[in-house]
Formats: sequence, C-alpha cells, structure tokens
Amino acid sequence: MLDKNGIAKRIAKEVKDGYYVNLGIGIPTLVANFVRDDISVEFQSENGVLGMGPFPYEGEEDADIINAGKQTITTLPGASFFDSVTSFGMIRGQHVDLTILGAMEVSENGDIANWKIPGKMVKGMGGAMDLVASAENIIVAMMHTNREGESKLLRKCTLPLTGVGCVKKIVTNLAVLEVTPEGFRLLERAPGISIDEIKKATEGTLIVRGDIPEMAI
Amino acid sequence: MIQKTVDDVSEALQGVEDGMTFMLGGFGLCGIPENAIAELVHLEVKDITCISNNAGVDDFGLGLLLQKRQIKKMISSYVGENDEFERQMLSGELEVELTPQGTLAEKCRAAKAGFPAFYTPAGYGTEVAEGKETREFNGKMYVLEHAFKADYAFVKAWKGDEAGNLIFKGTARNFNPCMCGAAKITVAEVEELVPAGELNPNEIHIPGIFVQRIFQGKNYEKRIEQRTVRQKI
Repeated sequence: MLDKNGIAKRIAKEVKDGYYVNLGIGIPTLVANFVRDDISVEFQSENGVLGMGPFPYEGEEDADIINAGKQTITTLPGASFFDSVTSFGMIRGQHVDLTILGAMEVSENGDIANWKIPGKMVKGMGGAMDLVASAENIIVAMMHTNREGESKLLRKCTLPLTGVGCVKKIVTNLAVLEVTPEGFRLLERAPGISIDEIKKATEGTLIVRGDIPEMAI
Repeated sequence: MIQKTVDDVSEALQGVEDGMTFMLGGFGLCGIPENAIAELVHLEVKDITCISNNAGVDDFGLGLLLQKRQIKKMISSYVGENDEFERQMLSGELEVELTPQGTLAEKCRAAKAGFPAFYTPAGYGTEVAEGKETREFNGKMYVLEHAFKADYAFVKAWKGDEAGNLIFKGTARNFNPCMCGAAKITVAEVEELVPAGELNPNEIHIPGIFVQRIFQGKNYEKRIEQRTVRQKI
C-alpha cells in the first residue's frame, strides 16, 4: 500500500516535458517534489502565479508571494504573476495541460465530489469547479477508502458534486484506475496489493482485463 | 491629469452606508485592503454584503467585520480557516453564496467591462447551477452567470499615482484588478503613492479611469497565513 508520498511519486510519472500543471491542495502539492529534473514543467497556482518554485529559505518569506494554499513560495526563472481573471482564463481556456486534485468521492462515470459535506463541512469549492469543468486532463489523487473504511470509488457520488463526467484517471494508495464508459478500469496495483483487495475496496464497477502489473515507482 | 487623490481613509470611504454591497480584493490575507477594512469596522456600517474570494481569519481581514456582526451576506469561493464565520453560517446568522473562484472573478470583470452575463462551464451539473439558465455550445454544457452589482470596490495595490494608475506586486494582485471599475466607486489604497509622471505608463496594470479615489495606506501588517520555509543545506 502506498502512502501519500507514494501516490504523489506515481502521479509525477504522468507529468510530461513541456506541461503547464495545476496542483491542488494536499497530496497533489507533493507531486512537485517527484517530477524528474530532466524535463521542463511549470506549475500554475490559481491565485496568480506561473513558474512556482520551492518554499523560501527561512527569513526570505514574502507575504505578497503565496500559492493557492496560502503558503509562502518562491518563483523560478521565467515565472509570471497575473490577476484572477487571467488565471482562470488559462484554466477555462484549456491552456493548462494537467490538473491534479484531491477528492472525497469519484463515481464510475467520472463525477467528482470534493467541496462540501452537508451539515458538517462547507469550506467552499475555491477554484475546483472551474478546474474540473474545463481541464482535458484531470488526475485525482486520493486514498481508496475514507476514514471509516468505505470506498471512495462509487457507482454514484453521494456528496454534492464538484463536476460531472470529468475525471479521467485516479491514483490511490491501492491502484491506478482509468475512467471508461464501462466503469473503473484497473491499470496498475500498488506494490504488494492484490486484485481482490482492490475489488473489495471499490464500490463502483471495476473492470479487470488481462494482467494487471504492479506500479513501478 | 485628473486628480484622484484623497487625504486619508476616512475621506476615501465617504458615502459608505448600511446595507451596501462591497467588493474587496485579496486572496486569503494576501493583497487585502487592510486600511479600508479597518475603517469599515470603525464606521460600524451594518447589514453589508461582501464580495471577496475569502472571508479572512478570525482576527484579521474580513474576520474583523464578522466579529462585529457587520456582514449580512458573504459571496466567496472559499471560506475555510475562520471559526467565527463557520459558526455564523451554520446558525443562519450569516447568508453565504459560494461561487466558483473563476466565476467570481469573471462576475467582477463582466461588471467592469459592460457584460450583463456570460456562460461558463464551471458548476454545470452541480448545486451551483440550480435555477440558472444552461445552454449547449459545441456539444458542451454551460451555465449563465450574471455580472455583480456593487456600490464600492476596495482594492489594494503596491504603487499608485495621483491619476489613480495602479501597479500590483506578486500574488497580491489576485482579485484586485478585476474589481477596479466593477463597482460604482472604486477606492484604491496603495503602499506607495507617487506624483503623476513617476510611474512608467508601460508598466501600469490598471489605468486610473477605473479608480475614483486613491490614498496612501498605512501600517500594513501583511499577515502570512501559512508560513512555509525550507532549511538551507
């Protein structure tokens, strides 16, 4: 079974040379740590920066330079700052190549829920609805089950939706799956995880066709 | 040159009344109009509607107005990080309209640019689209969203001149530019106010035509919400 860093490490392999990438808060943020250093990638943060670098050295933090998680950051050579309209123009206009975000639930037709638990938690959708409605290439990074051990890969989402039919690929602590018209197609298993374990943890339709290799990370 | 300078924050906020709708720039606590917020607290205006991406934290930013129960309604995209906000929302004291972030920005821009409404894919098929007109373009579904209507826009810039021209710094730019000119009156506070002619016209982010009043702000705290650093190796 993978930990959060393991999930991020596997997703990092999906990041290709020349990509502009938007990383959501949580596991997605960790992906930046594992991207190969022989390829050129620029990270976009929807609050208005392209070309995000690592956290600043102690004492060099600038309150005017943060990411969408409100963390202090630095910029790399070639970076730019812009306003929110321009930022979401990049997103809605499909100029961003890859979007990686977390989720509470994903359904077998690619619906995603990640912004609200009625009566419990309402923090808001932030930029997630704009991102999922527009991006061509969306990867969800999440645990396969919730804290109660219930599957987060469902036939149908139970929580209020963030977007419909938009998720293409999911990387969890147990597996890599692709959303297809017939359901979740299992592509890879996490090291040491059996197909049966993945079946048990998946409430939605799971399609297992041919040999399912272990993830190479 | 048309002079936009006012002496101080109290002159800048003249005309502000109970029940009005205000736009406030900023993302989290980054680039928020600290002086205007302090003055709104001081003026004790009530029943106001605030259009702002976030709602501050408990003891800073818009949290200061929430503490005093001055806000009737918040229109935001993300409101975590604020316990008092959550309490008022769950108890029904505070009305909240959650709006996707890109839609929020575009509703400002539409108001500024003379568009009554626009179609966006964001929120289609979710509760955000409930009761709204939807339409298909090129095989994809979109939701009709309307421009905001606001009385004042309070924005914060890095540098500005007497003509109301503005330059922003880093990610403190965020929602500030799209709110300039999106309300009946735009009030800009700046860290450095210079005479007209001192800013290079090539480097202006927002032309003064979108700003009615500008003043030199003071005592900026610029609080950092998440101080993240790395160690020198």
